[in-house]
Amino acid sequence: MVYDFERPIIELEEKIAELQRFAREKDIDLSNEIENLEKRARELKQTIYGQLSPWQKVLIARHPERPNTLDYANMLCTDFIELHGDRCFGDDPAIVGGIARFRGRAVTVIGHLKGHDTKENLARNFGMAHPEGYRKALRLMQQAEKFNRPVLAFIDTPGAYPGMGAEERGQAHAIACCIAGMLILRVPVISVILGEGGSGGALALASGDRILMQEHAIFSVISPEAYATILWKDATRCRDAAEVMKITAQDLYAHQLVDEVIPEPLGGAHRDKNEAARLVGEAIARHLEELLGCSTEELIKRRHARFRRIAPEYLPGNNIT
Amino acid sequence: MLDIFKKQRQRYATVNPASREIPDGLWVKCPRCHEIRFTGELGKQLKVCAKCGYHFRLTAGERLKITIDEGTFTEWDRDMMPVNPFGYTEYDEKLARAHRETGLNEAVVTGEGKIGGHRAAVAVMDTRFMMASMGTVVGEKITRAIERAREKQLPLVIFAASGGARMQEGVLSLMQMAKTCAALSAFSEAGLLYISVLTDPTTGGVSASFAFLGDIILAEPGALIGFAGPRVIEQTIRQKLPEGFQRAEFLRQHGFIDAVVPRPQLKSTLAQIIDLHRSE
Repeated sequence: MVYDFERPIIELEEKIAELQRFAREKDIDLSNEIENLEKRARELKQTIYGQLSPWQKVLIARHPERPNTLDYANMLCTDFIELHGDRCFGDDPAIVGGIARFRGRAVTVIGHLKGHDTKENLARNFGMAHPEGYRKALRLMQQAEKFNRPVLAFIDTPGAYPGMGAEERGQAHAIACCIAGMLILRVPVISVILGEGGSGGALALASGDRILMQEHAIFSVISPEAYATILWKDATRCRDAAEVMKITAQDLYAHQLVDEVIPEPLGGAHRDKNEAARLVGEAIARHLEELLGCSTEELIKRRHARFRRIAPEYLPGNNIT
Repeated sequence: MLDIFKKQRQRYATVNPASREIPDGLWVKCPRCHEIRFTGELGKQLKVCAKCGYHFRLTAGERLKITIDEGTFTEWDRDMMPVNPFGYTEYDEKLARAHRETGLNEAVVTGEGKIGGHRAAVAVMDTRFMMASMGTVVGEKITRAIERAREKQLPLVIFAASGGARMQEGVLSLMQMAKTCAALSAFSEAGLLYISVLTDPTTGGVSASFAFLGDIILAEPGALIGFAGPRVIEQTIRQKLPEGFQRAEFLRQHGFIDAVVPRPQLKSTLAQIIDLHRSE
């Protein structure tokens, strides 16, 4: 899948491939021409991906080939074993979890799961979880606490699912308990926003010690489409909404709402999954090291202080006492 | 932190908080049974329709009046003004209008008072103020109320009502969910009582945070309670929701709230619960 703004790059890459084929078939040396074109492609990528608009970032964050939670679980960890079910109602395919080894250490991995194609997405409900998903996440976090394993939480969801079953089974209660449970967990929790971090359904897995965001990920109170519909009664203004909402990793980092922006390979994580995983792994390892150096009491104290600071008196220009 | 928020914020003057309450001598129609009544009569019945029992929404002032013993209420953080972190003009205008129409500075009133003789910390959300959506200041006032209740060792009663997180403050609003939950965890650890009263409507970021973390969760009859609003659900599933879906009685049936308490019994029920939790 290629977006309009990526087309010049793709066209150039196709041209390079064609030249290479031609050179091989006719056995002529075109290495200079090819090298020139490759250089141009690199520059073009840097220009295009270096100045993506917020809406273009939304598109990259939602790219179907973007590596998802299970991809990262398998690329970052060894021995990943998926664990299912909330022990109350069912198993939600939109949130996965399990145990694995990350750089030698046993960890619990949880995260929303989007599919890479329509069929997978239908099976995963597009990463929109039901209450049983949040209850499974909470169960696995509490299990992690028992065995003193750090928790790695991956966020990639448009939001919690707004359906009848979800409401009947207490969506609001499940999310509230997941947030509250994560806040008091006696082991380090690192949340990484991989793609879309949409509303309370995302925050449910992002109430830990650190919130890291991939370079082209977004984190928002509501989707740009819904924002435009509600505030301007016009869903087609989603581009404008993305502009004003401050949802990019760069905006949120500038506002100190997230702790680190994890760089992605040029063009986005889907263009080089292994490199993307390496960068994510390095960031997690660094933060985990710091957190493991903290006593449990200190850990929880700092975690609470982190959210306590999101207060009006920290916004300059306010003299609230 | 947050240099981007440097924009000068408009301050608002305080006007009479009673200005939006229904003036005496007007006729109101019950939205459920369509019975037309004199508001004077309604007032005597705590704004409950005498014919069908419909509970009209209350303003924060009205709620405090029927809940707190006369003359015992002290308001906290009354002067805390809303913030406009991203500097949207439209948002400034909306805040100004909400202030003009309600006399409130923000969508929640917090403080301390007595309920049937028992001291308690109280927070009341007022849906007239931007649908009582939770932004930075609403989250802050609720957090401070929880913290003060803990310092003073008081039981806490929150009357929730909200359309959800306040969109105009973006992720800052979302983070208030975690902030209030963190304050509640410290409160709970101190062994103190939190009664959450869900009133019409309690949805979105408020229902999915402090509102559903009460030790005891009560609701008023007919209150709409849920995560997603009914319109969003109907658009998603492309069908109409059945009668009574997401109403207080439905939630009680499904096991998510402890009791549905009609407004005339609410104050005495709160007093009774608080009394049962007295330590001496």
